Amino acid sequence: MKKLLSLLLIPGLILSACGGGGGSEGAGGAESEDTSVIGPDSEDATELTFWTFNEQHIGVYEPAVKRWNEKNPDRKIQLTAEVFPIEQMNNNLRLALQSGEGAPDIADIEVSHFGSFLEGEVQFEPMNKHVEPVLSDMVKGRFDLYSKDGNYYGMPYHVGATVMYYNKEIMKKAGVDIDSIKTWDDYVAAGKKVTKNTDAMMTTIETTDQFTFWPLIAQQGSDYFNDNGEVILDNQTNVQTLQFMNDLIYKHEIAEIAPGGDHHAEQYYGYMNDGGAASVMMPMWYMGRFIDYMKDLEGKIQIKPLPRWEEGGSRTAGMGGTGTVVTNQTENPELVKEFLAEAKLTKEGNIDLWTELGFDPPMHAVWDDPKMRESNQYYEYFHDGIFDMLLELNEEVGSLNITPETSDVTNEINTNVLNSAIRQQSSTPKEALEQAAESVRSGMSE
Amino acid sequence: MEPSTSTQVNKTKTTQQSKLSRFLMSKKVAPYIFVTPFIVSFLLLFLYPMIQAIIMSFQQVLPGQVTFIGMQNYERLLNPEFYRALLNTSIYVVFTVLILVAFPVVLAVFLNSKLLKFRNLFRASLFVPALTSVIVAGVIFRMMFGESETAVINEMLGFFGISPVDWRYGSVSGMFLMVMLASWRWIGVNILYFLAGLQNVSEELYEAADIDGANAFQKFFSVTLPSLKPVIIFVSTITIINGFRMFEESFVFWQNNSPGNIGLTVVGYIYQEGISQNDMGFGAAIGVVLMIIIFVVSILQLKFVGAFKED
Repeated sequence: MKKLLSLLLIPGLILSACGGGGGSEGAGGAESEDTSVIGPDSEDATELTFWTFNEQHIGVYEPAVKRWNEKNPDRKIQLTAEVFPIEQMNNNLRLALQSGEGAPDIADIEVSHFGSFLEGEVQFEPMNKHVEPVLSDMVKGRFDLYSKDGNYYGMPYHVGATVMYYNKEIMKKAGVDIDSIKTWDDYVAAGKKVTKNTDAMMTTIETTDQFTFWPLIAQQGSDYFNDNGEVILDNQTNVQTLQFMNDLIYKHEIAEIAPGGDHHAEQYYGYMNDGGAASVMMPMWYMGRFIDYMKDLEGKIQIKPLPRWEEGGSRTAGMGGTGTVVTNQTENPELVKEFLAEAKLTKEGNIDLWTELGFDPPMHAVWDDPKMRESNQYYEYFHDGIFDMLLELNEEVGSLNITPETSDVTNEINTNVLNSAIRQQSSTPKEALEQAAESVRSGMSE
Repeated sequence: MEPSTSTQVNKTKTTQQSKLSRFLMSKKVAPYIFVTPFIVSFLLLFLYPMIQAIIMSFQQVLPGQVTFIGMQNYERLLNPEFYRALLNTSIYVVFTVLILVAFPVVLAVFLNSKLLKFRNLFRASLFVPALTSVIVAGVIFRMMFGESETAVINEMLGFFGISPVDWRYGSVSGMFLMVMLASWRWIGVNILYFLAGLQNVSEELYEAADIDGANAFQKFFSVTLPSLKPVIIFVSTITIINGFRMFEESFVFWQNNSPGNIGLTVVGYIYQEGISQNDMGFGAAIGVVLMIIIFVVSILQLKFVGAFKED
């Protein structure tokens, strides 16, 4: 008996001894989920590392490495791409930059976090030498997002036009002609037909992420911050928009909260795949998620511009985005910068952004290229003419004002505002937004 | 000549060696040598980071730009979010201490009783949760307590006609999830502590109680509990400290952002502000305050239960 007890005690002691270090289990570790090596495994190739949070992004570097090594046989490179969950990647990168050790050569940084990475002395290499010659061919606003004091640090992946993905089957069953939806009023009317004639909801609303709220306010020219970096989160437009989201669920009863909280949750993918909702509003880059996670919807989705708020209003909003940076810890800054320029600032690179990733490339000089109209997996899954629609919309894409506090606002929106104004209904949209704006302002005053 | 010098050198070497070893083996010095590893690791891994953190809490830390900003970080601490974190953590500590002391004591007494059959099976099965990682167990909990009607727990509630609960979105159910996960995980370890303690309760006391005609409850409250007092003090102190340091139980359910901050803990707030929001100085300030809180609470608790009194 006693022997057994003492035997049992041993793991107990070990466990309690380990207890203190347990904090890092979920959060810390520098292990990446997935690693892929691109390029030749030869000794003369310079090894570079690349951190990203979206496996899909790697697709654009594969052809880029190949092109680079063909053009520069004496300066070959081998790129090791490591994929981390986004929070973990941000934290690892932040700590590496702070301590001056352990950062990769190249890294992807999501737009709402980018501002906070530019605080203090910028730890990235300016790309001006490569950006300025081609800037006139580019959508300049996308480069401004990732710049500070006239230096361009982040190389964008896309314009990020927000669109509406309709499930044709459900819409047909409901007796709604998708082309007839021109304004949000039309959309609500269509939604009532959908909920009346089918088992599906018209759409879903995010409460743990911002891709319902942010595009809707940006579409009307509003934002979290104004041009001077002041908080305008609680302005009239935003309050009305949040009220509109609330009405979609509780007044018009045509929407519900996205299962799992947002459109990137496993639960949501399953729900949407089974025809849970007739439409979803997300940016163009969400196409990849359909292909990866909602295979049953192949051939059933119609991509359309957003309904307008008013006559002549814009039909989209530029949303999301990622800037790829070269960190100052790289041993070969010139080589790395030239390679990144090859991947992101050339015509070939921008064509790959569309054909490999399904992103609307920031270089408008390639938009007329015949390659953009050649068949690829996106045309096959969805339908023809996607890219032409994008071209039409890209002129209506406004810019966002990104500041170091953008991640604070994002945090408030995802944690408090949407939860209290939409899910719990414990405060009115006005109260929720005012409280959040106040909290962000108080953090900015020093 | 040569060989003699070399032997001389050898001689001095050996005398030096024996001197050194004698010095090291002397009763005065040896104890210090034995504790050196601990002292060194304490200084390097505990005291140095602690002093650094205290200094950092008066600074704004940005890459390449470190500026002293006086008490600003501490002034900013007085905000609703920090109070929320503190409140959540305190509630969590109270519940985990109550549950993780009361239940294991009772269970340990049962498991120690010779009347219980399959004792070893029960002991082992109660201990198994301690072998899993909080993160792994938490992921399973999160799925069981999903908000859909088809999640295990909601389906079970459905049998009793109770409508599905949004477990991860309400403040009460959110706290319930965290306390539940911690209790499930740690109960086996605490039972072990109490079982070990029970082995030291002398049989004679029970015999004396039997002679006095005490029933089972009287024996439990008048003999077992007082004898277990040192173990209870130990277990509750550990649970309080672990409770204030809690992070994973919240992280596994909500990652960084819980709706309405229902799962925000003090350590979670350090993580959120210090690392996710790139404000290390502020994070350090929260850490220093947390350290003071744990220190004060532990001292008060130990004093209150009389752990400092000489028996």
